[in-house]
Amino acid sequence: MYFLHQRQMDSLSVDHLIGIKDLTKNDIDLIFKTADAFKEVINRPIKKVPSLRDITIANLFFENSTRTRLSFELAEKRLSSDVVNFSAASSSVKKGETLIDTVNNILSMKVDMVVMRHPNPGAAKFLSERVNARVVNAGDGTHEHPTQALLDAYSIRERLGEVKGKKVVIVGDILHSRVALSNIYCLQKLGAEVMVCGPTTLIPKYIHELGVKVEHNLVKALEWCDVANMLRIQLERQDLKYFPSLREYSMQYGLTKEILDNLDHKIVVMHPGPINRGVEITSDVADSEQAIILQQVENGVAVRMAVIYLLASKIKRQ
Amino acid sequence: MERQVILNSRHFELTINRLCYQLIEIHNDFSNTVLIGLQPRGVNLVTRLKEQLESILEKEIVCGNLDITFYRDDFRRREMPLIPSATNIDFVIEGKNVVLVDDVLYTGRTIRSGLDALLAFGRPEKVELLTLIDRRFKRDLPIQADYVGKTVDTLVSERVSVEWEEIEGEDKVVLFTPEANG
Repeated sequence: MYFLHQRQMDSLSVDHLIGIKDLTKNDIDLIFKTADAFKEVINRPIKKVPSLRDITIANLFFENSTRTRLSFELAEKRLSSDVVNFSAASSSVKKGETLIDTVNNILSMKVDMVVMRHPNPGAAKFLSERVNARVVNAGDGTHEHPTQALLDAYSIRERLGEVKGKKVVIVGDILHSRVALSNIYCLQKLGAEVMVCGPTTLIPKYIHELGVKVEHNLVKALEWCDVANMLRIQLERQDLKYFPSLREYSMQYGLTKEILDNLDHKIVVMHPGPINRGVEITSDVADSEQAIILQQVENGVAVRMAVIYLLASKIKRQ
Repeated sequence: MERQVILNSRHFELTINRLCYQLIEIHNDFSNTVLIGLQPRGVNLVTRLKEQLESILEKEIVCGNLDITFYRDDFRRREMPLIPSATNIDFVIEGKNVVLVDDVLYTGRTIRSGLDALLAFGRPEKVELLTLIDRRFKRDLPIQADYVGKTVDTLVSERVSVEWEEIEGEDKVVLFTPEANG
């Protein structure tokens, strides 16, 4: 027997990352602790470790994405895994192939893990029950976007020391936002208080059942919080008019430097991107010192490395 | 488990002292030499060597910690993943003489990973290995130490544990032997 002083840690309680809802607080702590180590790695001259040399990962994006796809791809490459990319626009999906057929075809090329973004809620779960590979949800419709919530909470922990006891307000299009739902689960599991803020039409009717506060006045919400997460208005998902005009939305719910400076305390401003400057957040706020938008992007790579590393550690080889 | 102390606190101190003088013999005033401890247990040894070297040479010795978790070759071959520790190398190792430091040299696999991890920080002029205990049988790789505190002959079933005053309460090295059952 080979004796090791190094402590062994628990594995994740899940085999796939479908949503934050399935994770325990221990899982999230484990991901953060691992991400700390990877954050140091990606700031080295050679930003790469050989852990996943024998793992192949397919990135399947059935919906547009820049940041998330790049972030996942970088995370995978920095773990030394082999990466294949797929985007629906240039594929056989257009020729009428079903999701399962597409994925099984890719898996027969010996792929160990699938990172998928899909416009339909539940697509990642559906897939994880039917294919022989680890599945990471990179956003399924308006359902969940777990890695975004993890990196948001990780960024709060980095800036404020811990997430527990902090007050976080999520502002904007809560109804169509998978970021909002994942954030609510994640922040609550870590012991933060969550409030949502936006026009009545964009707040889901039964949201209070998740145990979040609801506020329709932006300034009141900001006075209450330590952290404000400003979401984008998802026009592409809105099938009807939820508010009169973007200009009116921006006047009611846009975060300006003036509002920020008039608060009685300094808050942290976050944004999952892409930013619509001048709509939900003005340029001077986005570029201010209180905004941690670019830190969120950097942390995204470290957190995704941690998620992939921990899921991959459950794949056994002989 | 049968316990046998193979290095008591007095010999422990003498050994550390000797290792320091051996290092000085080769590296003179440490102007181009750095010590890097392998996480988690090599770090204690580096701290001790640093204290001792600094009191002998009366100058600061540059030291760092290196975590090798992500470079191990047994990833996914054990039940649970390992907890990574902090890497802390805030100096350039390019062109430096690096002394890798670990408490026990056994299969050599940790050192192999350590060499891999080290090269991610640049190209050192030379890399040497210092270990407090060399379990010289059952080496899996062609790796030998340049500076050895004590060489011990052990069985695979045995276990060597280096204990530190600041962690376990006393400086000593213990050999654990499983009870023979007929």
